[in-house]
Amino acid sequence: MDTMHFSFGDMMRLVIAFVMLISLVFINALVMGYLERKVAARIQRRWGPMEVGVQGWLQMVIDGIKIIAKQLIVPRDADRTVFRVAPLLSFTPVVLPFLVMPFSKGLVGRDINLGLIFVLAVSSINVLSIFVAGWASNNKYSLFGSVRSVSQNIAYEIPILLSLLSVVLITNTFSMQGIVAAQGKVWFVLVQPVACLIYLISATAETNRAPFDLPEAESELTAGYHTEYSGFGFSLFMIAEYGNMFIVCAVATVLFFGGWHGPFSGEYLGALWFLLKVFLLMLTMIWVRWTYPRVRFDQLMNLAWKYLIPFSLVNLLLTALVVALL
Amino acid sequence: MSGYFSDLITGSKSLLVGLGVTFKAMVSPVVTVQYPREKIDVTPSVRGHIDLVKDETTGTHRCIVCLSCMKICPCQCITVEGEKQEGVKGKVLTLFTLDFTKCSLCGLCVESCKPRAIDFSSEYELAGFSREEFFYDLLKRVKERE
Repeated sequence: MDTMHFSFGDMMRLVIAFVMLISLVFINALVMGYLERKVAARIQRRWGPMEVGVQGWLQMVIDGIKIIAKQLIVPRDADRTVFRVAPLLSFTPVVLPFLVMPFSKGLVGRDINLGLIFVLAVSSINVLSIFVAGWASNNKYSLFGSVRSVSQNIAYEIPILLSLLSVVLITNTFSMQGIVAAQGKVWFVLVQPVACLIYLISATAETNRAPFDLPEAESELTAGYHTEYSGFGFSLFMIAEYGNMFIVCAVATVLFFGGWHGPFSGEYLGALWFLLKVFLLMLTMIWVRWTYPRVRFDQLMNLAWKYLIPFSLVNLLLTALVVALL
Repeated sequence: MSGYFSDLITGSKSLLVGLGVTFKAMVSPVVTVQYPREKIDVTPSVRGHIDLVKDETTGTHRCIVCLSCMKICPCQCITVEGEKQEGVKGKVLTLFTLDFTKCSLCGLCVESCKPRAIDFSSEYELAGFSREEFFYDLLKRVKERE
């Protein structure tokens, strides 16, 4: 990234990367939707989807086809343009961070030296899309959902940044490839266990997953910010949610679990290790979702301001001290 | 500040215990069945509609046409008819029908039956398209089982 002159090769590389990443986002939603339903079923000691295909593996494809065939309904009093734009807006920040994700040593869309900052900056647009969706729906449940989402995301963005910063203090770089390369000998989860735990908790809250799924709490707000969305608008929100899960787990993999490092990880085979780690983390998120009940709003805020932020601050200070002394 | 760290420790411990509970459930066998393809045996004490009992020694029903079930039935959904036959002591059962659309499954007929000729069946797949499908000819059913 010394010059801003893109050659034709660079352009082709970006186009190919974009096409592959968008398909990855969709396939990820299919796989995760299926895994979520299967794991949820097994935790409740049921079978889950079993009817379409062997073990019901085609269920999500069938659901996708059904949902595309649905009518797109815009409520009478909604802000029509903004209402239509919001699902697209939620989809954008999901695709962009994949561009800097180091899937393997040689498999990265573009390794920019501010990669981590780019990921965090782009994925915070997600809050905006949720707020826009809730506001444009002109519905009290949607509005409550989006207001909750905004306050929750503001509270949990701070521990995320602080915990990631303590890793950056050690590696001295924001480049995703640089951070992975620094973990050749030992993964940062062993060096920074507190930061890792804080990041995983806050990331669950950041993606609005249970037990922090207050923006879409069914029992209180019907479906929260996407109450009024039907058909493909709704499914774009769902795809974005699973995409966001993938991104936060990929960031955790890159920063704490050694990225593409693993036995036999050559130029490209490291992608298998990367995907394995990401999917294990996502399965853990699903496991957590089907274990804990939803927290109350004051409990949510207490956890962030009383525990996560002080602990991440202390952790950051200790890291800075150790880095300065060594 | 009191209880800050003890809350943290007990809270984390209980969260881990919770994860353990769900993990155990995840790896333990599934308890539901895939209904139309798989069926479980219902318990013998289930109260389905009434049925004539098949006597193992004679190979047929034990009804003596005393009509006590028909008389005690509060819904009047049982019809029993019998006739005298040459060389047979007592009456012989010729008709035993149950209008299951009226039956309230109270069980008075089963209780009142002296020779214990009727009992609850364990039938539970009882959906039908017309009212007539629930008029059961119990005599025919017991003959089919002979």
